[in-house]
Amino acid sequence: MRFMTFAKRNTKEIIRDPLNLMFGLAFPIVILLIFTAIQSNVSESIFMIETLSPGVAVFGLSFISLFSGLLVAKDRDNSFLMRLFASPLTASDYICGYTLPLIPMAIIQSIVCFIASIFLGLSVNVNLLIGLLVLIPTGLIFIGLGLLCGSLFNEKQVGGVCGALLTNICAWFSGAWFDISLIGGVYEKVAYLMPFSHAVDITRAAIIGDYNAIFPQIWWVIVYAVVINVVAIYVFNKKISGKNI
Amino acid sequence: MNAIKINNLSKSYKGKFAVKNINMEIKAGELFALLGMNGAGKTTTIKMLSCLTPPTSGDAYLLGDSILNNPQKVKEKINVSPQETAVARNLSVKENLELIARIYGSDKKTAKIKAEEMIMIFNLTEVAKAKTKTLSGGFQRRLSIAMSLISNPKILFLDEPTLGLDVIARRELWSVIKKLKTEMTIVLTTHYLEEVEALADRVGIMAKGELKATGTVSELNLLAQVDKFEDAFIKLATDMEVNI
Repeated sequence: MRFMTFAKRNTKEIIRDPLNLMFGLAFPIVILLIFTAIQSNVSESIFMIETLSPGVAVFGLSFISLFSGLLVAKDRDNSFLMRLFASPLTASDYICGYTLPLIPMAIIQSIVCFIASIFLGLSVNVNLLIGLLVLIPTGLIFIGLGLLCGSLFNEKQVGGVCGALLTNICAWFSGAWFDISLIGGVYEKVAYLMPFSHAVDITRAAIIGDYNAIFPQIWWVIVYAVVINVVAIYVFNKKISGKNI
Repeated sequence: MNAIKINNLSKSYKGKFAVKNINMEIKAGELFALLGMNGAGKTTTIKMLSCLTPPTSGDAYLLGDSILNNPQKVKEKINVSPQETAVARNLSVKENLELIARIYGSDKKTAKIKAEEMIMIFNLTEVAKAKTKTLSGGFQRRLSIAMSLISNPKILFLDEPTLGLDVIARRELWSVIKKLKTEMTIVLTTHYLEEVEALADRVGIMAKGELKATGTVSELNLLAQVDKFEDAFIKLATDMEVNI
């Protein structure tokens, strides 16, 4: 159970960083408040809470990549990982230790987003639980991306790739704030080749209780989650094997 | 009894040797210093011995276990203090120590006791509850070394442990290392000659990836036919290939 010790340490590292708390919890709530305020001042139904809340939940999860990527990159930068690589920890201990703490964090983040949405008018029913469930594979995508980026890049690069590039891609190609079909064409096709738009669509379907609409889009998200995590674990293991420490 | 036996150990990157055909034995309880200028191959040698980097050829046996065939067994017996300070930045001094103790198999209670011991030995009491990112470089380095000792390793690798420390902090660390001598086998890399003279039982001089000479300080002086160790180092690192 060495991975549990390592996982506890990683949890402490993440939650003790005020920037993580700000981006992970406060920022999505601020977005919800801003868009709801805009909606209250316009007559058209642009940012209805049923469609906005799932979008913000998916977008909020993109910051999980930043947390996990920065943690791995910082450990590599200050030689902490070198110390651990010389210890009896095994490859599976590292993978579990880095990823497992982020799963409850992702769920808590989604719960906070939904609770904030309830105060802004979202109905409380069992569909919210289904919404949380379908967000788990999305969370795994971002956890895997963080592990991958942390294995490949340094702290500064992870900040750029996960903190700027990934969050922007997720924001613009997920349909979190607007209907992608309104733009259509190549933009829509590209958006639906990525997992983020599917993630937002299935969460919206879950929230309104349209369970049939969850399929087959959820398979896009699950396949992306599996592929990204397999690649991340492969790359991380390559590092552990000592070829690129 | 030998703690470390190195057979034809080499490491090359894109055909260029970082370490070339090293053969050496280090006795149990010995403090062996690897001395050399930057790029001599000291850190690469330590990385290979501590299973962090696989050798290109050759092998080494640590207390009987091969770094190639039994790295997991080797890792249970050793600990490493890397050249750069290696601490978890958002954890306190005490938490860092407990973390490493538990990773090496101590239960929660034992880890706490061991952490307290290390805090006493390394004079870290005043900063025990402080997050390590708030500590000075000297305190961080002391903690980093304490973390490498908390597992009671049979073989300890100290990679340039006093690099960047001021004179007083360096002397304090020397006194701790002196106390540890004989309790475990220590392999220390450094490019400070006075550190070698103060601490080492035997010295290996490395240059351009090769082990140029091994012996005690006085043996190396005799070999180089000089009185000062600095002169011996310069002569042996640049001219000769000999073992005592």
